[in-house]
Amino acid sequence: MSERTTGGTAAGAGTPVGVVLVSHSAPVAESVAALAVGLAGGGDTVPVAAAGGGPDGGLGTSAELISEAARAVDRGAGVAILVDLGSAVLTVKSLIAEGDELPDGARLVDAPFVEGAVAAVVTASTGADLDAVAAAAGEAYGYRKE
Amino acid sequence: MSETVLDAAFFVRWMTAAAAVIDREADRLTELDSPIGDADHGRNMQRGFAAVVTALEAEPPATPGATLIAAGRKLISSVGGASGPLYGTLLRRAGKAFGEAPQVSAEELRAGLAAGVDAVAQLGGSAPGDKTMLDALVPGIEALATSFDAAAAASEKGALATVPMLARKGRASYLGERSIGHQDPGATSSALLFAALAEVAK
Repeated sequence: MSERTTGGTAAGAGTPVGVVLVSHSAPVAESVAALAVGLAGGGDTVPVAAAGGGPDGGLGTSAELISEAARAVDRGAGVAILVDLGSAVLTVKSLIAEGDELPDGARLVDAPFVEGAVAAVVTASTGADLDAVAAAAGEAYGYRKE
Repeated sequence: MSETVLDAAFFVRWMTAAAAVIDREADRLTELDSPIGDADHGRNMQRGFAAVVTALEAEPPATPGATLIAAGRKLISSVGGASGPLYGTLLRRAGKAFGEAPQVSAEELRAGLAAGVDAVAQLGGSAPGDKTMLDALVPGIEALATSFDAAAAASEKGALATVPMLARKGRASYLGERSIGHQDPGATSSALLFAALAEVAK
């Protein structure tokens, strides 16, 4: 897990929604976090954390990295968790069902991983709430490429 | 078998026996996972159940429910693949169904596991026939109404019956018809859990 934030200082908006990016691959999670933060540019500070790879550091999903990342980006306004596939989806769902490993207000966001991450971070940087961040990320499914 | 009474120590023995059989069969699970999965099922399950045994030994829970909840949590946090949240949900939900009872009957075990399987089906969005662990768990739990040995046999039969199935869930589903002809690794490890249960119930 590593944390980064968008540039600039909070411009008086409320506390930002945190974003966690969960991928089977640590480099993918890290790179998508860097991409989303980079494309979000300045504006409010959005805490973004990558939780990539499995418990042994290889490809997979680590519940501990996810919990740690969610706690690290939680500022009290909720945490949007975006995932790639398979065990990443199931692990976050089961952690949310568990009830006490993720901070209150942590939510699995149904969105495409890369496009959704950019939409989530940009939207969060406007000071939007978790519902708006989740909706924007989900809307990325509708963006056609041909 | 309705008179059988199962306490926390029994459930610790079950998890310990499951870890041992998974350890013995880890290479086979990974082999089954090579043509249709990502060749990590054996190692993932080995790591998960080893962590369960370590946790239960370090802090032996007082009740059957607490034992399965602790085991389920440990699987979710340590397996690293989809089998972690799936088996974790199975055990945790069964453990919750037991409540605070110091002992459970075989029928309560069956009902608890049935609740766990429902939660697994919901989590994975899958049904029997999709070539998943459900194909061994569902017949195993049904046969648990008869005996532990019957459950082990039925789940083993269920795992073998996944060979001609077309995978509809997980990575194997991307292979379409090429998933046919392979035994599902998750159904196979589910059958091992029932084999371990039958072993400790003797």
